[in-house]
Amino acid sequence: MAVVEVRGLRKHFDDVVAVDGVDLRSEEGEYLVLLGPSGCGKTTLLRMIAGLEHPSEGKVLIGDQPVNDLPPRARKIAMVFQSYALYPHKTAFRNIAFPLAAQGVPKEEWAAKVGWAASLLGIEDLLQRKPRQLSGGERQRVALARALVREPDVFLLDEPLSNLDAKLRATARDELKLFQQRIGTTTVYVTHDQIEAMGLGDRIAVMNGGRIQQVGTPQEIYHDPHNTFVATFVGSPPMNLVRRDGVLMGFRPETFLPQSAVEPGGDHATFEFKVTRVENLGSDRYVYGAVPALDEDTKVIARLPSTVTAPVEVGTGNQFVVARSDLRFFDGQSGERTKPEGI
Amino acid sequence: MTAAEGTAPRGSPPSVPKRRYLLDRERVLGPVLLLPAVVFLVALVGFPLVLAILYAFSDITVGDPALHLTGLSTVRAVLHDPVFWTSLRNTFVFTLISQALVVVMSTILAFALTTRFRGRWFVRFLILLPWTTPIALGAIAWLWMLHSIFSPIDWVLGWLGIIHRGSHVVWLGRTHLAMGSVIAVQVWRMLPLATVILMAGMAAIPKDVEEQAEVDGAGFWRKLFGVTLPLLLPIVAVAVLFGIVFTFTDMTVIFVLTRGGPQNATQVLASWAFFRGIEGGDLAQGAAVALFMFPVLVGLVALVLRLARRAEVA
Repeated sequence: MAVVEVRGLRKHFDDVVAVDGVDLRSEEGEYLVLLGPSGCGKTTLLRMIAGLEHPSEGKVLIGDQPVNDLPPRARKIAMVFQSYALYPHKTAFRNIAFPLAAQGVPKEEWAAKVGWAASLLGIEDLLQRKPRQLSGGERQRVALARALVREPDVFLLDEPLSNLDAKLRATARDELKLFQQRIGTTTVYVTHDQIEAMGLGDRIAVMNGGRIQQVGTPQEIYHDPHNTFVATFVGSPPMNLVRRDGVLMGFRPETFLPQSAVEPGGDHATFEFKVTRVENLGSDRYVYGAVPALDEDTKVIARLPSTVTAPVEVGTGNQFVVARSDLRFFDGQSGERTKPEGI
Repeated sequence: MTAAEGTAPRGSPPSVPKRRYLLDRERVLGPVLLLPAVVFLVALVGFPLVLAILYAFSDITVGDPALHLTGLSTVRAVLHDPVFWTSLRNTFVFTLISQALVVVMSTILAFALTTRFRGRWFVRFLILLPWTTPIALGAIAWLWMLHSIFSPIDWVLGWLGIIHRGSHVVWLGRTHLAMGSVIAVQVWRMLPLATVILMAGMAAIPKDVEEQAEVDGAGFWRKLFGVTLPLLLPIVAVAVLFGIVFTFTDMTVIFVLTRGGPQNATQVLASWAFFRGIEGGDLAQGAAVALFMFPVLVGLVALVLRLARRAEVA
């Protein structure tokens, strides 16, 4: 087990800056998620930790040892690629045993170690199959078993769930979390899926444009975003932003409720909500519309749980409220978080 | 909203003539597209093949082009000729040794040419050059390089002190050296194609898998022999089979350099069939000699098709 740290890490490919000065340090045994949209540099960052890319500047440390000059195989890491990258010509057993062979572990010990990894992931029956005879979920387990068998200091996972169908993804996410809790190895997990990030991460590092926007627990990221990027990237539907007096006022869709649904007398901000469409999804109602802002109307979304039964009609005349404690304020120019201001 | 469009009338309106959709039917389109290829093959492969088989069982010559079937007598005559057996053995030696060399060298070259270095495009261009040279021209250039008196290779060897200055190796005049020379030229000629095929095969290996091997702890050799080469194997097999088919049936290099000599030391089936049938005028014997290549080629083609199918499945 070890701590992963990067200091002042930069990477540019010719003119394109992929990672633009990142400082990040994991905790011992932590599940750290790198979250960001495509092209934000999260995979490049992971690949630099793995040693598959050389940083243009900065340092990578694993277990407080600088590893910049070490090749991937000397870094005591294990990586699971998005494609799983199983060796197509080898059986599952041989795939899992490959790191052992590479480490020079004697052949007699392979069966025991492979069996141990396979039993942790429940794939003992699949060991004689070739990758093309395995389903997506089974391939993922074989890839994880192969990562596990080396007993690495750090796990690096690059979007390991994105090739699974939606139903399988939910179960696999659950299993990944349990699995990591059991083995307790420091894990860096890259994803663009905020639900995965929220569900798996001890902490989340939100990235955009090659930089870290915010590092924090899923709760902090969700409830106290540092800037408008984090506010709108995390959460589905995203945080509503309404421009008022040079600041952006943000509130989550689930805090935006019909006036009739809240106790009167609380400290609320009231909005005139022009509703254009109501979507009933069973567990929630999504209400789409606009609130009047300074110059023009701003589109906002409200998410009403099915427990809120207050009628919402398409058209004007709906009064919606947000508790003042649920309002977040961002600078109108930079998008950075600012102090609350009265409205 | 779109429901109304979705329930638009099905099937073609009766007013449109049926012929307009003729090519939309697979049972019509397929044969139409295949027809040119079939015509081509029948005219230029099938017909000559049948003719060759007929000739092999006749006594036809250039002087007497009437076709009299004489049963196995021509084939028997060919089999009693020691030159035929020499040619058969030479064909295998020539093909197998040259292709073995091509496989090893093209693999190394393909690896070298897929790594990044300055001037890579120029080196690639140079290596592909022999493929673009008409083989007759290339072989004539080699004829000079290997000339008994004016060979520049002899000058260089003499200058390096490996042979006496002014003496001659006579590359094409000694039995083993002649075979070695034609093999070398054949390798020079076949190498570019094999290299290009292998480079394409390497580009098709997923980068992830190779990087995974690096992360999994494999060094250069383990990655090469444990991952890259096994994944490259189907493509290598295709390149080898192409090379074998080309080399087995080819006589250009031998015809230009040695004409099968000295004393038939480099005679192969293709050249022997040519000398017997065309230059010697005995069409029947020429056809009979050529026909002996047929079973080997059928076997090779079956192998190529099987490999191609396996590559599809994988």
